[in-house]
Amino acid sequence: MTAGVVDAAQPAAVVTEGLTKRFRSGQLAVDGIDLAVPQGSVYGFLGPNGSGKTTTIRMLLGLLRPTAGGASLLGHAMPDGAAEVLPRVGALVEGPAFHPYLSGWDNLMRLDAADRTAPAVSASDRIHTALDRVGLAAASAKRYRHYSLGMRQRLGIAAALLRPRELLVLDEPTNGLDPQGTREVRGLLVELARGGTTVVLSSHLLAEVEQVCTHVGVMHRGRLVAQDTLEALHARGAPRAVVTTSEPAAAARVLAARGLADVSVEPPGASAELGSAAPADLVAALVHADVPVSGFRVSATDLEELFVSLTGEGFDVSG
Amino acid sequence: MSAAEVVAPTRARGAFGRFFRSELWLIFGRRRNWIGGLILAAVPILIAVVIKASGSSGGDTFLFGQITQNGLFVGLAALTVEMPFFLPIAVAAISGDAVAGEANLGTLRYLLATPVDRTRLVLVKLGGIGVFTLAATALVAVVGAVAGLALFGGGGFVTLSGTTLGFGAGLGRLALVCLYMTLCLTALGAIGLFVSTLTEQPIAAGIAVLGLTVVSQILDQLSQLSAIHRYLPTHFWYDYGELLRDPLDLTALGPGVLSALVYVAVFTAAAWARFTTADVSS
Repeated sequence: MTAGVVDAAQPAAVVTEGLTKRFRSGQLAVDGIDLAVPQGSVYGFLGPNGSGKTTTIRMLLGLLRPTAGGASLLGHAMPDGAAEVLPRVGALVEGPAFHPYLSGWDNLMRLDAADRTAPAVSASDRIHTALDRVGLAAASAKRYRHYSLGMRQRLGIAAALLRPRELLVLDEPTNGLDPQGTREVRGLLVELARGGTTVVLSSHLLAEVEQVCTHVGVMHRGRLVAQDTLEALHARGAPRAVVTTSEPAAAARVLAARGLADVSVEPPGASAELGSAAPADLVAALVHADVPVSGFRVSATDLEELFVSLTGEGFDVSG
Repeated sequence: MSAAEVVAPTRARGAFGRFFRSELWLIFGRRRNWIGGLILAAVPILIAVVIKASGSSGGDTFLFGQITQNGLFVGLAALTVEMPFFLPIAVAAISGDAVAGEANLGTLRYLLATPVDRTRLVLVKLGGIGVFTLAATALVAVVGAVAGLALFGGGGFVTLSGTTLGFGAGLGRLALVCLYMTLCLTALGAIGLFVSTLTEQPIAAGIAVLGLTVVSQILDQLSQLSAIHRYLPTHFWYDYGELLRDPLDLTALGPGVLSALVYVAVFTAAAWARFTTADVSS
């Protein structure tokens, strides 16, 4: 069910072929997945907890060795191409991690010093810019141990943005942020994507993925069960006409009379597959039939329904 | 910051030195390590003050007996009493923390994703352990020498051979003792570095190294095991007494130097082999 989403004109930023990880415990965490993240896309990497998302990201970054298959980032095979390609990749993996007794500034300085492609003379500028982008400039001198969860998450994002990046791999970047912070991070991602940065965004917040992503991959028990553009995934489901009314039975009769399939009565209203019917005509027909319409909407398949249909579960932990 | 601005990464000048300085700053900027340093430095002060206050002639052993004649011997005496346990504690804590500490905090995955080449990380960590070890022994020696000279002055430096050296030569002998101890303790640090790649618990790694130090010193006391004594990591530690003879015969330290270098090489290689192939899942 892994639809190829890459065409020749758009080289992929991330490609995996049969990427597999079996841990020494025997657990098959990732089972032969073929990811294809087109350059310039914002790729939502979805899946229940324990479905293999983080293990996949760790293999992409060269932290884990695949048991079978391979991965390449920006055209370089991993992990052999790490020195060449990782300076162009910003990452947030499984939450932020810093030295608690160092300040936010000093922690970024440590990472900058570790990057052998980063010129020392411009370190302060880079750190200042990165802290500014995530709104941490005022707290830069504070020790990391005194940061709140949201501030820690922001510092993690700042570390990922220390250098200009062609690819960002962000694992749950809005975890622990308040609604304002979530909005800010979302805005930042959209801005980066507009600038041409490819973003791989692992998330369990479906609404967030729907708002910012162009492509979606869904993991389930170590397998990639769906991968496509967001539009194509939406088109997979049939949109439904949903009427809210005090007379559901009458509304259902009208919808059936207009030839709509799968009519169902669900107080406080009725719904049916929209098919080729024009929503405006349906409303007119309902009003003509004296159905007291208090609401009418067309529901696209949302990601959540799709997700449940693909994985057969909600966001429970897979075994 | 658009992708168009991204240029192919080239190596910045002095990058290794910068990362190494960052490592030293991580070690020497940490309050925990300063407290450890204070404890190490307290021993020579304690020795000097107690001997001065008692008004006695020093002690029964050669080193303690010389203290009232020449303050430099406070440094030597302090190094001698700290070598079996206090200095190894410091080295075990730092070396056990080297990789396991970063793994425990999760900073290891970000270093590797930066990326830091794993071989480079092993070398920087070993270098950090070496510099810390030198700083620790030098701290004990310098604090001891300063406290000793202040309380007892700097008279003739009597050697184990019975001759008397000038002050400068005595200072040189003290420096040589520091260097020899640094080498011995760096070998212990290399073992710690290897242990540190096996676990994500820095305390466990430190305790393991300290346990090894103690066990090695106990085994070294059992004459029934004399066949293996020369392979014990601590066996040659107390050979620094050779540096207090006149004339100076550096070849007497050959076995100790060789043993330490072999330990450094073997365990650094083991740490490298283990770490460069390890999955980092912390």
